[in-house]
Amino acid sequence: MTILIKLLWIAVAIAVALAAGWLFRTAAIAVSRGGLRKALRTAPLTAAFGMLVILLYILVAIFAPVIAPFAEREVVGGQFLPWEAPYILGTDNLGRDMFTRLIYGARNTVGIAFMTTALAFAIGSILGLLAATVGGWMDQFLSRVVDILMAIPSLIFSLLLLTIFGTSVVTLILVIATIDSTRVFRLARSVAQDIVVMDYIEAAKLRGEGLWRLITREILPNAMAPLVAEFGLRFCFVFLMISALSFLGVGVQPPTADWGSMVRENAALITFGDVTPLLPAGAIALLTVAVNFVVDWMLHRASGLKE
Amino acid sequence: MSIVWEMIFKRLGLGLLTLLVISVIIFSATELLPGDLAQAILGQSATPETVAAFRKELGLDLPAYQRYFNWLFGALQGDFGTSLANKRPIADLIATRLGNTLFLALYAAAIAVPLSLTLGILAALYRNSIFDRAANALALTSISFPEFFVAYILIFVLAQSGLFPSMTRMDPNTSLGEALYRAFLPALTLTLVVTAHMMRMTRAAIINLLASPYIEMARLKGINPMRVILKHALPNALAPIITVIALNLAYLITGVVVVEVVFVYPGLGQLMVDSVAKRDFPVVQAVALIFAAAYVLLNLTADVLSTLSNPRLIHRK
Amino acid sequence: MKDTTNKPVLLTMRNIEIEGRSDETWSPIIKGVDLTLNKGEVLGLIGESGAGKSTLGLAAMGFTRDGCRISGGTIDFDGIDLMKASEATRRGLRGKRIAYVAQSAAASFNPAHKLIDQYSEAPVQHGVMGRAEAESDAVELYRRMQLPNPDEIGFRYPHQVSGGQLQRAMTAMAMACRPDLIIFDEPTTALDVTTQIEVLAAIRDIVAQFDTAAIYITHDLAVVAQMADKIKVLLRGDEVEEADTRTMLASPKQDYTKTLWAVRSHARATQPPVEKGTVPVVSVKAVTAGYGPIDILKNINFDIHKRRTVAVVGESGSGKSTAARVITGLLPPRQGQVLFDGKPLPPDYRQRSRDQLRQAQMIYQMADTALNPKLRLRELIGRPAQMYLGLQGKALTDRIRDLLNLIELDPDKFIDRLPSELSGGQKQRVGIARALAAEPKFIICDEVTSALDQLVAEGILKLLDRLQTEFDLAYMFITHDLATVRAIADEVVVMQNGRVVEQGPKDEMFQPPHDPYTELLLSSVPEMDPDWLTKLLKERAEKAS
Repeated sequence: MTILIKLLWIAVAIAVALAAGWLFRTAAIAVSRGGLRKALRTAPLTAAFGMLVILLYILVAIFAPVIAPFAEREVVGGQFLPWEAPYILGTDNLGRDMFTRLIYGARNTVGIAFMTTALAFAIGSILGLLAATVGGWMDQFLSRVVDILMAIPSLIFSLLLLTIFGTSVVTLILVIATIDSTRVFRLARSVAQDIVVMDYIEAAKLRGEGLWRLITREILPNAMAPLVAEFGLRFCFVFLMISALSFLGVGVQPPTADWGSMVRENAALITFGDVTPLLPAGAIALLTVAVNFVVDWMLHRASGLKE
Repeated sequence: MSIVWEMIFKRLGLGLLTLLVISVIIFSATELLPGDLAQAILGQSATPETVAAFRKELGLDLPAYQRYFNWLFGALQGDFGTSLANKRPIADLIATRLGNTLFLALYAAAIAVPLSLTLGILAALYRNSIFDRAANALALTSISFPEFFVAYILIFVLAQSGLFPSMTRMDPNTSLGEALYRAFLPALTLTLVVTAHMMRMTRAAIINLLASPYIEMARLKGINPMRVILKHALPNALAPIITVIALNLAYLITGVVVVEVVFVYPGLGQLMVDSVAKRDFPVVQAVALIFAAAYVLLNLTADVLSTLSNPRLIHRK
Repeated sequence: MKDTTNKPVLLTMRNIEIEGRSDETWSPIIKGVDLTLNKGEVLGLIGESGAGKSTLGLAAMGFTRDGCRISGGTIDFDGIDLMKASEATRRGLRGKRIAYVAQSAAASFNPAHKLIDQYSEAPVQHGVMGRAEAESDAVELYRRMQLPNPDEIGFRYPHQVSGGQLQRAMTAMAMACRPDLIIFDEPTTALDVTTQIEVLAAIRDIVAQFDTAAIYITHDLAVVAQMADKIKVLLRGDEVEEADTRTMLASPKQDYTKTLWAVRSHARATQPPVEKGTVPVVSVKAVTAGYGPIDILKNINFDIHKRRTVAVVGESGSGKSTAARVITGLLPPRQGQVLFDGKPLPPDYRQRSRDQLRQAQMIYQMADTALNPKLRLRELIGRPAQMYLGLQGKALTDRIRDLLNLIELDPDKFIDRLPSELSGGQKQRVGIARALAAEPKFIICDEVTSALDQLVAEGILKLLDRLQTEFDLAYMFITHDLATVRAIADEVVVMQNGRVVEQGPKDEMFQPPHDPYTELLLSSVPEMDPDWLTKLLKERAEKAS
């Protein structure tokens, strides 16, 4: 019986999510125009829901101090208080307001993951495009280095490096970005390799165009679509990886509000049947699901357009 | 045939070389420490004399390459040195845990591989059906969940009621049936995460294959759909499917770390995380080397197997 | 040609409508076409790309590709209603009574199985014969298809057999159950002309021997003239007209068909011989070049003069495109050199000056891949003018507009378009404008018309001819199509296996005596005459004996 009720709740949640997606899509179509509008019309409800969620997360991250009832690190009451006003979602293991920390977590966790992904992309795509365009020894060298680095499982590699360099936010970003840039390199290189064999690249080379213009005007615009989709995928990956490291206690360090660490700090409650520790984990999951839904739609569109 | 063997030996050689380079990277990672290992462990407050003594104890007075070879040859014989935290031989710490971790990974793989291949092939055959769309959305959702989220949900749903233990105790005397029962939740967690990935990749590989002109040709010859799949698609699907399996087994290696911590499972992953927290470098290095070796060997096996299954390579002109 | 008009009807398709799915909506591909085929009759289905030939051909088997559906009409095959029949019934017909021969045999044979296993699959599965019987039958048919080593060729894997042989093996496979009808979907399009002859002859013989009806799909009129009893012309999913082959060739009724039939109207006037002592614009001197250890070009010599077109002719692998890469500097030669206006060019394009790069331009075969899809015409055409001639602002815009006018595209409409908003012929024109923007002396045209439909191609050739006179250009025209050579060349260079086998003025080249390879190449080009193949085979047989 209880299982049936749970299933019913899940069904209701899915229905509400899809309805929200539909509302969002309708609204977005109404305010947009041109190519964007045309694209939005083809968006499935899952993708519309994904876009809505991403938008909400961005808003929460920006306006965190306005929305949160307390300060990020403020001890406001007893430990593990239940869900009662003024602590909507209770308090954590040190007596800080759970709701407040969830909101600040959007800023910290998502912000760090975003910066890391951006850095990984900057390194990986520049080197990848360069390797494919220049070719020769440069390509050989970079590709071999990347092969080796990719032969070490990324979580293990980051654990090793974090042991050595310590666990500040800066080292965290640098270490994960470096490791992840190898994956970006692979993709950027293979995308660019498909482009550099095109006749228009040969024409540009024979015209005497320099390397910079070749990459920025001729190759990059054509590599943009797969790279943007990959950015979404890599963001999910980095986000999950940083959360996992925080959960293991070697990522973002207390007292910074961070979803991975929050799960770890409050995990003990689970065994008492309290869902509070699942909230930050769910917040992570929801964002990754949203990004994945949007990326899936973009990839589907890209492959559909090719036919 | 000889060319295939040549390719395989080349791959094996390349794999060994990769492993060697990785061992250098893992070893030399500690060389990147500001100051050196002794200084890092004892801290800034230690007197120069104690640091010097400790340095000698760790063998840091030898040149780096000599220490590397000592470490590597030791590791090849199963001797990884001693732990800094409890002074026990690392080999002892690792021995039983390695077995436990392998057990967990194999347990998960045994469920996940057949399950996801079946689901992936079905989704590809009935693509764009309700089943395919639902399976896809579910897989995408499951991929997006952090492993610890899945783990805690399972604990919340299945361990709360006392159905399964939320903490996994393993000791050498546990019978197989008992071990399977105790490790059920961690294995299920890994299965859920890996199945989603593997199913999606299998689906993509099969759809790609079914679009080939020779599949259309088989259908235009009036061959029945089952035979088209078994006789025409499958022999060519081996290489992509092997790659998918290897990729995901390799993914298991990483996933195992988090899952072991959640369920307090006495495996290598947990040992590694504990040692990272204690900054017990030799143990971290040893475990990293084992994980990396497993990862490289998996990819190597997949490479060799898919080479062997490619008819264009086996039957040369 | 045989008379099949009195034979019983085999296939009747009435008012067939087929739709294809794109961007969540269905759009028509075939718009109500009728088709009747008697037993033993060969119908040629012709039309340009996008006419819906293959879609209609597959529909005759009750089959549509993914993303397509038959939305209306009836298909009756020998009394069986294919639209109403169950999938199992249709499957029982496919391979057994209706067979299919695909365009690319290399992709349509399963790489994992031997040819003979793939041959015997249909007969065994349909219960027509046992395995052993099917295998001995395969050898017999391989022999009739004139495949070399018919006894053992079946035991090879597809990638171990050449393209022309694979195509014959596929025709043999289609014949395995002795079907009543075979659909040939452009079976020789991917082959070189000299190989094509053998395959055409083999297909025609075997179809006649077993009195099989066939639908022969192609875009090549001369080919269909050899193969078909009657011809149906399709245009964008509609039937234009249908008649028996001789009537159709002699007196087509519809305007569209007449334009297809018209022999290339464009022919370049014979130019006076180049004066002795004139320095050629481009001179290829004793060039040997290749990749890795293999020489693809072996001691090549030819000159190209101002206002002259040199056509370089050869089949795939002859080295004609490699010659272009040597001239442009993409492939530095091992020996020999390229002179421009009598002065040697640096072998690698990276060592050439901007002015040297400007003087020699290139137009590519596939306009789709030759134009950056993300740039607008303004930048595509403007960039060389900006780079080489330093034009900026209004001067640049004016120049771009002039160039668009030259290639007969309205500047107001086209200047800010993307390549994806152009037709195939328009894209190729943009490629020409881009080359002209550099104000070159010499242009390499690499198979510029072979991806285009005939009428569009003719327009491009006329444009190139006009521009040559207007700007005193020297052309190197790489092609495998001798009709194009007739239309545009002053001189011809015939290449085979990396060597020049013959070269000289066009008029001499098309007159005997020929080098044996040139002879083979010239005689292999199909002609509109329905008796051409028969005569040619007879001539060759006589010569051989």
